[in-house]
Amino acid sequence: MSDHPTVYLDHAATTPMVDVAFEALTARLRVVGNASSLHGSGRDARRVVEESRERIARALGARPGEVVLTSGGTEADNLAVKGLFWCRRDQDPGRVRILASAVEHHAVLDALEWLAEREGAKVELIGVDARGRLDVDELRARIEADPGSVALVSVMWANNEVGTVQPVDEVVAIASAHGIPVHSDAVQAVGAVPVDFGASGLDALSLTAHKLGGPYGVGALVVRRDLALVPLLHGGGQERQVRSGTLDVPAVAAFAAAVEHAVKEQADHAARLSELRDDLVTRVLELVPDARVNGDPERRLPGYAHLSFPGCEGDSLLMLLDHQGIECSTGSACSAGVPQPSHVLLAMGRDEAEARSSLRFTLGRTTDPSDIDALVTAIGPAVERARAANR
Amino acid sequence: MSRQRVVVAMSGGVDSAVAAARAVDAGHDVTGVHLALSRNPGTYRSGSRGCCTIEDANDARRAADVLGIPFYVWDLSARFHDDVVEDFKGEYLAGRTPNPCLRCNEKIKFAAMLDRALGLGFDALATGHYATLREAPDGSVELHRAVDHGKDQSYVLGVLTQEQLRHALFPLGDTPKPEVRREAAERGLLVADKPDSHDICFVADGDTGGWLKDKLGAGSGTFVDHASGEVLGTHDGSFAFTVGQRRGLRIDRPAPDGRPRYVLSIEPVSQTVTVGPREELTVDRLEGIRPRWCGNAPEEPLEGTVQLRAHGEEHRARVSVVGEQVTVELHDPARGIAPGQSAVVYDGTRVVGSCTIASTARVCVGSTAP
Ligand SMILES: Cc1ncc(COP(=O)(O)O)c(C=O)c1O
Repeated sequence: MSDHPTVYLDHAATTPMVDVAFEALTARLRVVGNASSLHGSGRDARRVVEESRERIARALGARPGEVVLTSGGTEADNLAVKGLFWCRRDQDPGRVRILASAVEHHAVLDALEWLAEREGAKVELIGVDARGRLDVDELRARIEADPGSVALVSVMWANNEVGTVQPVDEVVAIASAHGIPVHSDAVQAVGAVPVDFGASGLDALSLTAHKLGGPYGVGALVVRRDLALVPLLHGGGQERQVRSGTLDVPAVAAFAAAVEHAVKEQADHAARLSELRDDLVTRVLELVPDARVNGDPERRLPGYAHLSFPGCEGDSLLMLLDHQGIECSTGSACSAGVPQPSHVLLAMGRDEAEARSSLRFTLGRTTDPSDIDALVTAIGPAVERARAANR
Repeated sequence: MSRQRVVVAMSGGVDSAVAAARAVDAGHDVTGVHLALSRNPGTYRSGSRGCCTIEDANDARRAADVLGIPFYVWDLSARFHDDVVEDFKGEYLAGRTPNPCLRCNEKIKFAAMLDRALGLGFDALATGHYATLREAPDGSVELHRAVDHGKDQSYVLGVLTQEQLRHALFPLGDTPKPEVRREAAERGLLVADKPDSHDICFVADGDTGGWLKDKLGAGSGTFVDHASGEVLGTHDGSFAFTVGQRRGLRIDRPAPDGRPRYVLSIEPVSQTVTVGPREELTVDRLEGIRPRWCGNAPEEPLEGTVQLRAHGEEHRARVSVVGEQVTVELHDPARGIAPGQSAVVYDGTRVVGSCTIASTARVCVGSTAP
């Protein structure tokens, strides 16, 4: 229980809803209609869904038929890697290798691990450099060693911990030369950097509404029509048989409004955020000179400031800041409630202690300079305390 | 009491949940912390019994959310492994029978956790232990038994020093357990019906002998008669036995007088298990080492009581201390006491301190026949 106003610097976890999404959502919340029904109410719901699908497609440089609506990023990632793996292996039983970056989100990594354990997939994780960027040469070498055995490649558009933007264009160039499909998790990228599905040459791309000003529990896998994705959910045959289940019409409408808004505002938004972010980083480094900025200094998401504070436990810092109403993240996942050292920082070559000493501040639409001021006021004493507690 | 910044150790059980609630009611600025003590949560114990599993962490978080307090998980699994689990194995290897709960309070909750809390700016650590604290006239803090003697847990706190007690809060010490459960239900804490945890938290199925065999390797040794020195049979590993054990010895040859045999002592290197009649288990003198005093060590021999097991009875005793050596002369003899157990010394309800039993003896042979 904090007596301080909340300073929300965790927009990578989720974002406040934008007005246009809120209006689209609330406008439909009490309207009856199943988008699969044949009567008037059903047609009305379906019109909203299909218009939303068209708006999402337009904003992302895709065709409406390529947008498969899901329950969010996790489902989109699972559908992509499992659905693609199964369909490619069905076509050729020798295609069992999956190549992915070592810094994928757990929605991809754990799905891959499951495929390896249960479905005989051979998963190869490609390393990243100290800035978190994929080792493209390693990817090329591994593909070229035996291209016929590769079922798919999955490389995220931008990393959700340190914000490093991946060279997806290079990945596509290498894989498509061998006809290998490429999936990219763009959950953190859409609205933060330009994302054009058609121009990217990707075969599948995941996004989720709640990271870009939309509601929770809705997202999409944008996927080329000619890929015979094997479904995860069977039932009423919605979403061209790939994803059964009655659609959440208000959420889909709000998702579309949020995507459209995020893409339209992307350039201004990114410019504003990077300025605030740079200010945050500069001022924190003045106060804590031995702090270290993680991620790619050039190709990084605009709202991301990921910092290591030597001698501190990230958990301790998080708690001390939380006590003052400043909300951020250690960026890494919990395993069974136990904070784990980040697999991303470990892949970037940091040791466990360094990985545990990090905090992720992510800025967003509602961030203003006063939030940065509040953090800058609090960080020095918090670091001192956390260091003392660690000794 | 003035408003303090209090961290509550929330195990996921009903006691610590109510302890946290009471700390909030007392006006403190309360933060809940669950200790992750296992590197592989869920492998220590399958059912949810009050610590160590994922469900327990979730139960603790849910209780903290109901109370509206911040909640974090602190990973002390490495410390727990080194200071409690390894210590436990080492003690058994040396032929002693330790109580890991005391070690955990001494080294983890009131050391690693308390130090971290104090470092982070907290003033005190509250737990759901049933024990009470009182301020002595000289301003020091005294540890006393809980009002509910049946539930009293002061035994496992007998390792705490004055410095640790100064930063401790035990909000449940004045309340009987059924009332705590009722209060939990009234407060909407869903853990109200959760069973108490009893056994060693890191032994998943409660089979300590099996766990030790698994960790330390099986072995083999002999059963030897205490009086004749005769070998009576063999067993596959002495870890399965504890002093005072009667069942499960599987010695084919019955005793000449037909009376049951008991484990009298265990020699860990050769894994020799000495057995004999029940009266041989009786001891009336203990030598203790590693004393820990809640306040000052007794300067004069103390006529008080000692407790030798977590839920054991009290024995009237005379306790004398010379440096790090503690001698306990039991006026009420005890039975089946193994080296490694802790003797906690009381003066009335006040905990004076504790020591680890190094050896036991029977001095007044005649007076101890059953
Ligand atoms: C990169 C990335 N992928 C996937 C997800 C999961 O998305 P969702 O929360 O919609 O399931 C997240 C969000 O945590 C993410 O950051």
